[in-house]
Amino acid sequence: MRRNQVAVVGAAETTELGVIPNMSQIQLHADAALNAIADAGLKVSDIDGIATAVETPQQIAHYLGITPTWVDGTSVGGCSFMLHVRHAAAAIEAGLCKTVLITHAESGKSMIGKLPRSTPADSLNGQFEAPYGVYGPPSMFPIPVLRFMKTHGITHEQLAMVAVVQREWAAKNPRATMKDPITVADVLNSRMIAYPFRLLQCCLVTDGGGALILTSADRARDFPRKPVYILGTGESVETPMVSQMQTFDSSRAFKVAGPLAFKEAGITHKDVDHLMIYDAFAHLPLYGLGDLGFMPYEETGKFIADGNTRPGGKLPLNTNGGGLSYMHSGMYGMYALQESVRQMRGIAPAQVPNAKISVCHGVGGMFAASGTIIFTNER
Amino acid sequence: MAEPARAKPKPTPETQHYWDGAKAGELRLQRCDACAHVYFPPRPFCPSCASRKVSVFKASGKGKLYSYVINHRPAAPGFTPPYAIAVVELDEGPRMMSNIIDCPQTPEALELDMKLEVAFQALDDKITLPVFRPAKG
Repeated sequence: MRRNQVAVVGAAETTELGVIPNMSQIQLHADAALNAIADAGLKVSDIDGIATAVETPQQIAHYLGITPTWVDGTSVGGCSFMLHVRHAAAAIEAGLCKTVLITHAESGKSMIGKLPRSTPADSLNGQFEAPYGVYGPPSMFPIPVLRFMKTHGITHEQLAMVAVVQREWAAKNPRATMKDPITVADVLNSRMIAYPFRLLQCCLVTDGGGALILTSADRARDFPRKPVYILGTGESVETPMVSQMQTFDSSRAFKVAGPLAFKEAGITHKDVDHLMIYDAFAHLPLYGLGDLGFMPYEETGKFIADGNTRPGGKLPLNTNGGGLSYMHSGMYGMYALQESVRQMRGIAPAQVPNAKISVCHGVGGMFAASGTIIFTNER
Repeated sequence: MAEPARAKPKPTPETQHYWDGAKAGELRLQRCDACAHVYFPPRPFCPSCASRKVSVFKASGKGKLYSYVINHRPAAPGFTPPYAIAVVELDEGPRMMSNIIDCPQTPEALELDMKLEVAFQALDDKITLPVFRPAKG
């Protein structure tokens, strides 16, 4: 895909984040979508492309009153929205549509109108993982981390620092769910969830949503907001079964999606001003830093523990507070994208001064899928 | 309200041989007749070279502890926390999820790379689950 041909011209989250007991899941989609459409200065009738995950595109298109000529229902977990951005950019460049709406919402906490997640007993997961007592992401996602720690010499204290540093970012963000400062001791004394991870190393469970509007870069100058251009993109999938990953020392999906986006963007790691790595659990930023090639895996824990990713550090990471402290409705990728767009617009609550390039890296399932989007505010 | 039941596997045509093996006290894997790749989970073709000529064989049942969590909450129906959910690397190469029995469910007792051997746990008269225990000697 060519660089900077497509731009984000509308971006918004749901009016409220956290606990939203007065909206069903599809209404959360609509609330985010209407906010993003207003942000772009458009009417619903201007939208001719739609993408969403878990909920179907037909559900959201009908609910909003959209008649699309391009549809994407890619649903690979929390990074689905990174893949939507990539697919939408290609579709706009190919002339399949002009103005794409991407929506995410989940009534993750209040569970109103939320679709059930189930594992059929005759699926591969149902036969070869569920019988061993896996029960929700906390029992599955951390399974690789002890091997990662042993191979790369990562310590429990370094993994605790991921949560500590992200809380420092969240403290600057009025919309963050958790803002009180925490220490390594707080993390390591918090309730055990699935050893080695404790409560403060696991993401929040909240309600919320977000939406993006994309159009061609040529049209983007006519919109009210500063355009945020798509500089590079990547995607991949590996396996729906965490036990069947090629290795626990890294993520194959990350190692495909990340470098693909860097290559397409034509940038090096030194060019990155701002970084988002989807943090459903505390080990993900370490995998991300290694798999995206920022540094050898052995250095990732120390890099974070030394404060390089905290406010004022040389590589600002997860500047909204992340899934650990900002919010996590179940599929966090949309909120990571929203923060990258805010940083590129220059309006983030914890704004990185003069940031010009933002890398936004997502995971889907338990390392099952990945998508990477690189944004810039300079064409 | 009745307690939710423990998750039990339901075999498919492609996996029946594996579950029949477990019931007979065998851990069965598949090997590609064309490229010799040994793989898991079961399927009637080789995921490495796509050959449909594959054979089922009885695995040694030996392996080592690749990684794990000790799950505290929420516990799956039928499990008493804390319990380890492990991934075992079999001597033949493939890895599989399992539980570790006859071993304290603690980080001290569950050492990465410890040697394991297969055991079998009957869930009912149809389904037997391969699990692992620390290897003797």
